[in-house]
Amino acid sequence: MITLPEVLSLGALLFCISVAGIFLNRKNVIILLMCIELMLLSVNMNFIAFSHFLGDIHGQIFVFFILTVAAAESAIGLAILVVMFRNKDTINVDSLDSMKG
Amino acid sequence: MIEQIVFYLFGGILLLSASMVVVMRNPIHSALFLVLSFFASSAIWLLLQAEFLAIALVLVYVGAVMVLFLFVVMMLDINIATVRAGFARFLPVGITVAVLMVTAMGLVVGADYFMSDTYMAIKSVGSDYSNTKELGITLYTEYLFQFEVAGAILLVAIIAAISLSMNKSKITKSKNPQDQVFVKKQDRLRVVKMQSETKGTES
Repeated sequence: MITLPEVLSLGALLFCISVAGIFLNRKNVIILLMCIELMLLSVNMNFIAFSHFLGDIHGQIFVFFILTVAAAESAIGLAILVVMFRNKDTINVDSLDSMKG
Repeated sequence: MIEQIVFYLFGGILLLSASMVVVMRNPIHSALFLVLSFFASSAIWLLLQAEFLAIALVLVYVGAVMVLFLFVVMMLDINIATVRAGFARFLPVGITVAVLMVTAMGLVVGADYFMSDTYMAIKSVGSDYSNTKELGITLYTEYLFQFEVAGAILLVAIIAAISLSMNKSKITKSKNPQDQVFVKKQDRLRVVKMQSETKGTES
């Protein structure tokens, strides 16, 4: 029998790995996007765990919407990445300084 | 018992492949390990009786989003050496942050908050229970407006992605819609006056 803390720990560990990944791969936009996908996956894992252990279907509805928004986000992110590579010939985050912000 | 074995097996695969996504040198390998982690979490979702979402994760993520990722990774000519610069420099920071977050989350998750009886009353469902049906009923009644908004978000994403990545160079052939709308009859059609043909003159 799986218990709720086990699933929650799995989600928490997954989230920590992806946060560490964002810190480690600060130059590579593709890996940053993948780490964001992993974060959303861990959040979805928590939603599904609570949905299962509370017997409530609404958690799964939220996962549905998160999946939708994550798909839209990664599509736009990759489009921006392609445009960036076309203009600057690199995907290094450090080269994104033309706005002098 | 068997559930726990399956859970720990796929949980281990999930955590291992997630770590490989982070530390791999080649972005293609990272993307493939991300596919593996999606498969593993889909198996765990199946175990938690979220069948529709488990299948949707495989179809939508592995089938569409990860193919998009791989397509972009293979299309771009990335210099791995420059992109990897700073990995060793940020390693202590990353590990420190990860350890801090693990401790913080462990304090919350490891405590007895989630062991109470509220979370133990799992509804036992019969074999005729359909997760997809339940999800659909809730989605199309209570969450109808949000569902429409999600559709609008996807439409905006399609338009944004296409308009961002469209190549507007000289060699690309494209039509100007404004010119098409404002075209006049005189621009396209020429009426030619000519002698009518009669039978017998052709020989």
